[in-house]
Amino acid sequence: MTLFEKPELVCPAGTPASLRTAVDAGADAVYCGFKGPTNARNFAGLNFTKAELSQSVKYAHDRDAIVLAAINSFPTAGRTDLWKKSVDDAVEIGIDAVIIADIGMAQYVAREHPNQRLHLSVQAGASSPEAINYYVEQFGVKRVVLPRILTVAEIKRVHDAIDCEIEAFVFGNIGMMAEGRCSLTNYVTGVSTNMDGVCSPASHVEYEPDEDDNLTTRLGEFAIDCISCGETAGYPTICKGRYDTAIKKNYYAFEEPISLNLTRLLPDLIKAGVTALKIEGRQRSRAYIKSVVSSFRQAIDAYAIGDEPDISELIALTEGGKETEGAFKSKTWR
Amino acid sequence: MDAQLTLGPVQYNWAADDWRDFYFKVADEAAVETVFVGEVICSKRAPLYDKHLPDVYERLTDAGKKVVFSTLSEVTSDIDRRQMKKVATAEGFLIEANDVSALYQMAKGPHYIGPLMNCYNEEAIEVYAKGGATSICLNPEIPKSGLEALAKAAAPYNIDLEVQVYGRMSLALSARCYHARAHNRTKDSCLFVCDEDPDGMRLDTLEGDKFLTVNGIQTQSHSVLNLVDCLDEMQQIGIKTFRISPHSIGTFTAINAFRDVLDGKLSPSEALKLMRDDGIDAPFSNGFYHQKPGYEWHDAVGG
Repeated sequence: MTLFEKPELVCPAGTPASLRTAVDAGADAVYCGFKGPTNARNFAGLNFTKAELSQSVKYAHDRDAIVLAAINSFPTAGRTDLWKKSVDDAVEIGIDAVIIADIGMAQYVAREHPNQRLHLSVQAGASSPEAINYYVEQFGVKRVVLPRILTVAEIKRVHDAIDCEIEAFVFGNIGMMAEGRCSLTNYVTGVSTNMDGVCSPASHVEYEPDEDDNLTTRLGEFAIDCISCGETAGYPTICKGRYDTAIKKNYYAFEEPISLNLTRLLPDLIKAGVTALKIEGRQRSRAYIKSVVSSFRQAIDAYAIGDEPDISELIALTEGGKETEGAFKSKTWR
Repeated sequence: MDAQLTLGPVQYNWAADDWRDFYFKVADEAAVETVFVGEVICSKRAPLYDKHLPDVYERLTDAGKKVVFSTLSEVTSDIDRRQMKKVATAEGFLIEANDVSALYQMAKGPHYIGPLMNCYNEEAIEVYAKGGATSICLNPEIPKSGLEALAKAAAPYNIDLEVQVYGRMSLALSARCYHARAHNRTKDSCLFVCDEDPDGMRLDTLEGDKFLTVNGIQTQSHSVLNLVDCLDEMQQIGIKTFRISPHSIGTFTAINAFRDVLDGKLSPSEALKLMRDDGIDAPFSNGFYHQKPGYEWHDAVGG
């Protein structure tokens, strides 16, 4: 007997091999993007050509999994053709949903492909029922990916006030900056997170050791952290660096470099009305994907029959070994 | 239409009387056509100014200014939602939306789209135009080539595009208050510590470089955007409305300098000197406009 309807497990894939790994490990849905700036993980060596996506969709469909295409950066005027073509290609391939952030691209999907299932990306930063309802009414959005800033109680209230499904992040990197509204990377590097799909590009990151083996991390010209010998560290971004103010020195001014792990809150999230549970990390290795996806598969299946899942492997995989329930448990972090 | 100057909303937590006096002075002295008023950063701050709103509105409109009320930029909690709704649904007033939630609440009719909303392309302009927007203030990270394409796209809809030309730039918003965090407090128990920093709190790198500015839930640049030597070029590509973002020092000098440059009474380099002599202690930047890192300064070609 199952205690509740199992939520959809939505997993990341940066490459076709990762997509197959995720499907084989028990993902119900896999999300991925095209090569280039049309999605928010525009990294070298990552993402799919049209042919690769087409083959990957077939692989997933043959195994009862679905594929979601993230086309979730913000095209600047004069460049929208590339984003429109990505949408057209995804529809032609038979994608199960497109994930959109830009209000103009949402209109394009609704107008040109009215039968295509449309999800609202976390990059749209829709953090209130009013914002979500706007997108539902204007463009027929079927699912919203919620920003990682709401408590479980708030998610429940959002759920009760909107007319679409909720997808919530449960594992991986967390950011406290409102998604889709951050130009910190551009301020330092000249590469824009919104317009180019890159946050903290590796080409602009430098590590500079001193004689005591402390590592100064730089993005562009600016030191964004200094990691002492023996400290573990995640991928450097401005929002996870350490800084000084007049009243507090050498501290994480924005957020600690820790990973989100909501395994223990899964039953609460499901009760709050979350339809789909999302794992972050399209830039991650196949080994990581395999481990996280199969752990979550087991956790969901265990909770569904009233068992306690084993989550030790998930804790070992969190950034720097440090995990958090982030915003979701209470609002004291704000 | 001739080039116009607007004054964006005060983004910092100023003492309520200072806030009122600032707008009285704007009414009396500032050569701006439109004034945006209202709390865009923190719903907890908004009630601090409420008692002065009627007087400020009256003084500004009596002086012939167009007054637009700006909505909150980050709407998450129930307090945020109430505050947003209160402004967005105010009948008989001009409203600037700074979050999509406000578009949902607003009555159909003319309104403004604020710089804290995303408008990057011609399709987005069409969405906003169909919704009734008559003016869109663009995100400062959009480079000149983007402004030019957007101006072309906006023209058929008769939408006025506005660009911030002076003041610290908003770089990020959050649900967390970084002022409270620096003071070992939370947003709910903040005791309004952001009132200690009338132009935001400086955030330095561990190497001592001045880097960013904390303003509650907002992260701003340390540098002060200044596009005074790009005004000519922007007008040529169809941008006619320029926004000054207020600071506790130098705002009126900047307004006069920009007005004089637009009127051909002052050269951009003379204007820059005036603004350097009277402004907050931070370098000017214009990198975004030139499609470079935003903190950088580049001399305009031939400027």
